Amino acid sequence: MAQSASAAASPRLPWSTRLDKLQRRVAPYLFISPFFILFAIFGLFPIVFSMYLSLQVWNPIQGLGTMRYVGLENYVWLMDDPWFWRSITNTLWIAFASGLPQHLVAIPLAFALSRGIRRFRHPLTAAYFLPFITSAVAIAIVFQTIFGTQFGILNQALMYLANAPWSAWLFGGLADGLPVNWLGRAPNIKPAISILVWWQFFGFNVVLYAAGLATIPRDYYEAAEIDGASVAQSFFHITLPLLRPMIFFAVTLTIIGNLQLFDQPFILTGGTGGTGQAGMTVAMYLYRTAFEWLEMGTAAAISWLLFLLIGTLTLTHFYFFGRSGLETRG
Amino acid sequence: MATRVVTDTRPWRSPRAGRNPVGTFLLYLVLCALALLTLFPFYWMFVLATHSQSAIFSAPPPLWFGSNLEHNMEALRAQLPFLRNIWNSIYIALMATVTTMFFCSLGGFAFAMYDFRFKKQLFAFVITSLLIPPLLGIIPYYLIIQFLGWLDQPRALWFPGMASAFGIFLMRQYVASSMPRDLLDAARIDGASEFRIYWSVALPIIRPGLATLGMLTFIGSWNNFLGPLIVISSREKYPIPLALRTLQGQIQTEWGATLLGTALAVLPLLIIFVLASRQVIEGLVAGSVKG
Repeated sequence: MAQSASAAASPRLPWSTRLDKLQRRVAPYLFISPFFILFAIFGLFPIVFSMYLSLQVWNPIQGLGTMRYVGLENYVWLMDDPWFWRSITNTLWIAFASGLPQHLVAIPLAFALSRGIRRFRHPLTAAYFLPFITSAVAIAIVFQTIFGTQFGILNQALMYLANAPWSAWLFGGLADGLPVNWLGRAPNIKPAISILVWWQFFGFNVVLYAAGLATIPRDYYEAAEIDGASVAQSFFHITLPLLRPMIFFAVTLTIIGNLQLFDQPFILTGGTGGTGQAGMTVAMYLYRTAFEWLEMGTAAAISWLLFLLIGTLTLTHFYFFGRSGLETRG
Repeated sequence: MATRVVTDTRPWRSPRAGRNPVGTFLLYLVLCALALLTLFPFYWMFVLATHSQSAIFSAPPPLWFGSNLEHNMEALRAQLPFLRNIWNSIYIALMATVTTMFFCSLGGFAFAMYDFRFKKQLFAFVITSLLIPPLLGIIPYYLIIQFLGWLDQPRALWFPGMASAFGIFLMRQYVASSMPRDLLDAARIDGASEFRIYWSVALPIIRPGLATLGMLTFIGSWNNFLGPLIVISSREKYPIPLALRTLQGQIQTEWGATLLGTALAVLPLLIIFVLASRQVIEGLVAGSVKG
């Protein structure tokens, strides 16, 4: 910088000027230092320490002195632990069952909002988005009442549809299975959680895709229209290809977020994971291992395995879709 | 930095779109049905908050407001120091919001306005730190809080996140796009110190961006569940999500009271969203997309 050069050329400046030059030089470092200090303590150190902890056996009640080095034993133990594998399959199941429909609904919806209608674009978008900013705990409690077996409004609505004369032809087939024990029977827990997660996050994706659509030049659509393309054709041949970088990005966010799902399954299953642990995600298993069973070493190992899973899936996703996504952008 | 696209990207509608009233009507019907689907649970929550246990467990279910609100409020306060819990949430969220607004705008200002050695690397570091799953450090986080003697104290929840990477990133984008660098030199000629420039020149300019960050931080802190679940243990100190979890965890849950608590927990967010939905949505999208 020019200032520091002139400072070096004339070393006998008055104190006040020198002080002024100094505060100018250190100011930017000072301004960004809070982040780095806090990150070192609460971000970086925990990660390194959890790596160390994952190689120990330790119950925190007995104090730091009782920590015992066991090498990879925690990891080896987890490889044989049926609950760990169940939590992995649960997490992947829910991540997929709630994640894929989010995007399948959000893309056409964003397209319809930005190309198909003239009015109420913002109120509709805001309505879809609202669940995203609402407390997951609050939402899960409301859904617990909605999913109630005897008096939950979902079952009551389904029963009405199955029995009412005007809708029985369509929904009558459901009657035998009603009422559905959504949160009590093991096979229903994952679908119930997935419905909730879908409901909470599809609106966020609608907004992401709307932002992506806004960057597509309108000339493309005009040209397609002149060439006689239908709406469906321009959706599949213009919108989808040009939206690909955004799809890649949004799906990445879904993968990372869904694999760490905690609040929703925790509340819906009362903190236990439900019948047969059918709703226990990896994040929940990690929490229970650490703070209910006080196996800090094993829990740290779970957190690293979860990190590995997130990293692997994100990189796989990048390998198959990232490059092609970037190509269309270039 | 957001590069402006030269081509016209205004939302485009086909000139044919208006010509099919039936199609347009059906489209609106589908869109509104979906909006009802997302809004119904909110409405339902407020409705049930005004009903007694027996009304909630009846068929057909009540679809309009009842008269049991006061009783539910009493039941709620009998089970929990609920006003205290609300205050805890407000306190933690306000502390988080004020400190985040200050430290993140300061950091974002530095990254946007100055040239200094290692700036690129340091900024890349900030961005990379965003990619770390928070669950990875959750156990050592607990141990540090314990070591500091902060267990069961509100500061355990707002202090560590004061200078968040997300906030610095958001503020850097905002400062870079709204504050001309000439202002920096002009203020220096007037003899202002660098901090003074940030405080008196930059802050007033970036006020809208700051408000967005403030709202996002408030919402995030208000909704945080895992953090308090781990470090807060006494009922007096519970923020709302944790208090709600206690209500729900009981064998004989009083649903009217529980849903009243839930409704009160969601109400501030609804107010923020009604007043500033555009800002909230744009802020969240800008923060995640502009990378």
